[in-house]
Amino acid sequence: MSLNLHAVRAIYMFELHRTWRTLFQSIAAPVISTSLYFIVFGSAIGSQMTTIDGVSYGAFIIPGLTLLSILTESTSNGSFGIYLPRFTGTIYELLSAPVSVAEVLLGYVGAAATKSVILGSIILLTARLFVPYEIVHPVWAALFLVMIALTFSLFGFILGVWADGFEKLQIVPLLIITPLTFLGGTFYSIKMLPEFWQTVTLFNPIVYLVNGFRWAFYGKADVNAMVSFGMTALFMLACVAAITWIFKTGYRLRS
Amino acid sequence: MDSVISIKQLDKTYKSGHRALKSIDLDIKRGEIFALLGPNGAGKTTLIGVVCGLVKLTGGTVIADGHDITKDYRAARAKIGLVPQELATDMFETVWATVSFSRGLFGLAPNPAHIEKILKDLSLWDKKDNKIATLSGGMKRRVLIAKALSHEPKILFLDEPTAGVDVELRRDMWAMVGRLRDQGVTIILTTHYIEEAEEMADRIGVINKGEIILVEEKHALMKKLGQTRVTIGLKSKLDAPPDIPQKLDLSEDGETLTFTLTGEGDSEDAGVADVLKALMERKVDFKSVNTKRSSLEDIFVDLVEKKT
Ligand SMILES: Nc1ncnc2c1ncn2[C@@H]1O[C@H](COP(=O)(O)OP(=O)(O)O)[C@@H](O)[C@H]1O
Ligand SMILES: [Mg+2]
Repeated sequence: MSLNLHAVRAIYMFELHRTWRTLFQSIAAPVISTSLYFIVFGSAIGSQMTTIDGVSYGAFIIPGLTLLSILTESTSNGSFGIYLPRFTGTIYELLSAPVSVAEVLLGYVGAAATKSVILGSIILLTARLFVPYEIVHPVWAALFLVMIALTFSLFGFILGVWADGFEKLQIVPLLIITPLTFLGGTFYSIKMLPEFWQTVTLFNPIVYLVNGFRWAFYGKADVNAMVSFGMTALFMLACVAAITWIFKTGYRLRS
Repeated sequence: MDSVISIKQLDKTYKSGHRALKSIDLDIKRGEIFALLGPNGAGKTTLIGVVCGLVKLTGGTVIADGHDITKDYRAARAKIGLVPQELATDMFETVWATVSFSRGLFGLAPNPAHIEKILKDLSLWDKKDNKIATLSGGMKRRVLIAKALSHEPKILFLDEPTAGVDVELRRDMWAMVGRLRDQGVTIILTTHYIEEAEEMADRIGVINKGEIILVEEKHALMKKLGQTRVTIGLKSKLDAPPDIPQKLDLSEDGETLTFTLTGEGDSEDAGVADVLKALMERKVDFKSVNTKRSSLEDIFVDLVEKKT
């Protein structure tokens, strides 16, 4: 059966339009706050700090900080996109429309991921103003960026289906994703940690994302790049499986 | 019969364990206006929800315009438009954007001329660039109707469309329902305003506690169950009801006679004439004759009470 492309386009454009309307909140705010890190750690105190694996400190933190924004923004964009219609009741229209799971996901998750990729690109360009850096494997970097944006937009979508209040939408990025990213080797190499904490850290899935992305930038990372890629793909598949189950069972969407 | 919707042994039990629909069998004819009547909690919204895809059925089948709503949901839903009971709208979008969105969602290419026509028909044209949040409740309902019509559905569901709606919108809405019927659209509505069902519908179904207790042509229903209450004001008091073949009730003060006729139209008029003739033969003089036909509402209350 052919894809209902008009529906995908309608949802996708509707969601991008929502971003445009809240441009400051969804793009400008994360770009500004991330830039502050680059100014402080890259330009100001970065020069006083040692290099890590031969990478200047300012450059070292760029992939992780960019990911931080991507992860939190993907999650909240993905979750708001579907939570908002549930909250206002306009979801009735989506449920009564001739659309398949794939089309709904292409629309909502596609739009959320698009925003994140745009945001990530803006942050990386902005970073270049404060810290000189080069990307060794640009194709891999782009691949990681897109995969991670998609995965976390999917994750956000699941969150948006599951949540029964706005607090939960905010708590997950704030209290789970942000700490895990900070502790996932964004600001330090995990090799700097005592051995016990190195092992503990490996249970943090975000370690693999940060390290995979950093490897694409500088060709060096704490975790093997292919392991990172595998973990990213695994996480993405887990989200797809969860979404499929949600729609199959009508969980929280259809009564 | 050419059914546009065919419901067979439809059952719905919610997760709470509540059985909201009990083995419903119902056929909606192509091109008719069908009014579904029933008290609050009867299952009207649930029934509409199942056909439109908002509620998962737990048993039975529903065929809409030849397509099974579960197996062939895409084709079925493309034919259906729904105006929900609750006023659920996007807040920050414009009227134009939200109506155009609906058309796309239902798989149709943009058609600004069609959207323009709908908005004009619903007196929304001068509000097309307004944000929905700034509109009144009545205007928001018009927006919901416009959204439901954006993809040119063959079947339109209106769930309590006139609940809490001003007179003007109600009039516009009925005019629109009439036009849609003329275009061949099948309309299924639920309402609490029974006069409206009486005025607009071709057929009427009554649902109570998840069961369809009656489906009937409106006129046949009136004929079958409609009653006429006749009140005769007497010139002088009587001590006992007059001795005529028909059974009449005498009021306590002895000044009025009342009786009830069942049926509709000619037979009824004949019934009244017979009684009056009989009274004149007995030299019972009267000053007034008042007849009051029972409304659909009376019939409906009767039916529901009988079943409970
Ligand atoms: N999501 C739900 N979960 C459990 N029970 C429900 C749900 N929705 C409706 N019901 C129950 O099903 C019955 C029928 O409701 P509904 O279809 O809304 O009736 P109506 O539209 O005729 O007023 C009611 O008793 C209602 O409480
Ligand atoms: Mg209802």
